[in-house]
Amino acid sequence: MSNGAFIKIENLSFTYKDSEGEGKKALRGVDLEIEKESFVALLGHNGSGKSTLAKIISAILLPEEGRVVVDGMTVTDEDLSDEDILKLHKKVGMVFQNPDNQLVATVVEEDVAFGPENLGIEPEEIRRRVDDAMALMGISEYARHAPSKLSGGQKQRVAIAGLMAMEPQCMILDEATAMLDPRGRKEVMDTVLRLNREKGITVLHITHHMDEAALADRVVVIDDGRVLLDGTPGEVFSKVGLMQSVGLEVLPQTELLYELTQCGLPLPDHVTDAEECARVIFEYYQSQKKA
Amino acid sequence: MLKDVTLGQFFPGNSLLHRLDPRIKIIATVLLIIVVFLAQNMLGYGLLILLTLLLVAVSGIPVKTILKSVKPLIFIVLLTCAMNVLFTGGENVLLDLRWSFIHLKISVEGLLGGVKMALRILLLIVDTGVVLTYTTSPIDLTDGIERLLSPLAKIGLPVHTFAMMMSLALRFVPTLIEETDKIMSAQKSRGADFSSGNLVSRVKALVPILIPLLISSFRRADELALAMECRCYHGGKGRTKMKQLHLRAADILFLIFIALFIGVAFLPGIHCSLLGITGFDFLF
Repeated sequence: MSNGAFIKIENLSFTYKDSEGEGKKALRGVDLEIEKESFVALLGHNGSGKSTLAKIISAILLPEEGRVVVDGMTVTDEDLSDEDILKLHKKVGMVFQNPDNQLVATVVEEDVAFGPENLGIEPEEIRRRVDDAMALMGISEYARHAPSKLSGGQKQRVAIAGLMAMEPQCMILDEATAMLDPRGRKEVMDTVLRLNREKGITVLHITHHMDEAALADRVVVIDDGRVLLDGTPGEVFSKVGLMQSVGLEVLPQTELLYELTQCGLPLPDHVTDAEECARVIFEYYQSQKKA
Repeated sequence: MLKDVTLGQFFPGNSLLHRLDPRIKIIATVLLIIVVFLAQNMLGYGLLILLTLLLVAVSGIPVKTILKSVKPLIFIVLLTCAMNVLFTGGENVLLDLRWSFIHLKISVEGLLGGVKMALRILLLIVDTGVVLTYTTSPIDLTDGIERLLSPLAKIGLPVHTFAMMMSLALRFVPTLIEETDKIMSAQKSRGADFSSGNLVSRVKALVPILIPLLISSFRRADELALAMECRCYHGGKGRTKMKQLHLRAADILFLIFIALFIGVAFLPGIHCSLLGITGFDFLF
């Protein structure tokens, strides 16, 4: 990946202050670079600071210390103009956790058109973009439906189509799969992966599902406001002990291989795919039988 | 139970009424409302009923759905009807009952007045429903209102903000209904009782529903504002619309039809009263 950094985070700190001025540190000096066109999963249990990070990147929150540069624009400037924020939101789209609270229109296609309408794009161009985005997300057949009649996974795909119609370069999914059932999660992950591979959209996927993180190019684990682990899914998941110590469940196949290697079996530990895991164990078993 | 609420809901379709320009439909509805209140005689009501039936047929909305939307208001209709029957005096007395201090007197005029009032309310519900709310998507509706009121923006009224607030409110009606159902089930499962006791205790039982609903609405509003900001919403300035409204021949024809109908149906009546011809009032 030599595409250069799309998001550059330097020494970022943030503290939530309650009404009495008591602070709770959410981020303590985070350094992170997110490459253009990469798919990065951000893992961490509740309260680890991962959502705060997303909010700072999209200029919703201002950090206490440090800075964030998105595609050459410093978004942590206190005197960022409204036009700059608009420009940033055009480049970086956010998908939130609750699908019901981010859809604004009563008809699917009108909702997809909301973003481009805000950008002041010509009506014919909006129509084209909306049709393209709905086709891309596989929701064309629901174009005239009310969002309230759709399933959770379908609603999130509508929300993503709404972003795609704005033609962003990057997409931040802030626990966008947390409220979905397994089928809805798969629907959303499939489409997000496709957008990343086919359209070259940079994806920052905040989640606590290991199986989703396993699909990413890179996994970053955040704990207590710091970057704890950073690497490919295989590298990160092989640190089973460390992951469990910060309250993260690892994938069952990774855990199985970890436990087997702990018992002294010479098995690889960088495996995140269930079938790959089965193959590795089978081959080991075969080789043992021969010997 | 709450899911049965159809008042103010949109039924997608492709009828002539569905395809009309929302601005035309708003104007036509306002005209119809005025006419329903102006109608004086039975001939006028007859024609209005005829028109309403025609509109229902054209809209393609099942009669069952329309009856269902009238049902919640039937009590008000009956009450207004009864009030009129009981308290309208008249010369042609049908029934005159005196029992201690109660004096019950029902006249032909009162009876007709009651029927007229009931018809008036029913026509109002069905006409506004069929012409406007059932056949117009809320977005089209607010769009139409926004366009119709846009001259007022020039004198500084926040027309866009108003339209956006309205469309968001409409968007959240089904969501909040669903949530209310969920909260009620949760409270019922813990032994709450919403359906027995007197009025005071029933109203009191609603408090544990309204408070969670209110709190969650604030949270929703907060998240929604954030999501809208992230989707580059910055008020009505420089905003375009995917759907442009164009008046077509059918729109103009529809409005002319409604106007002509009103003219034909009510001008004779107005003429009669202007010329001082009376005596038909009772007949019609």
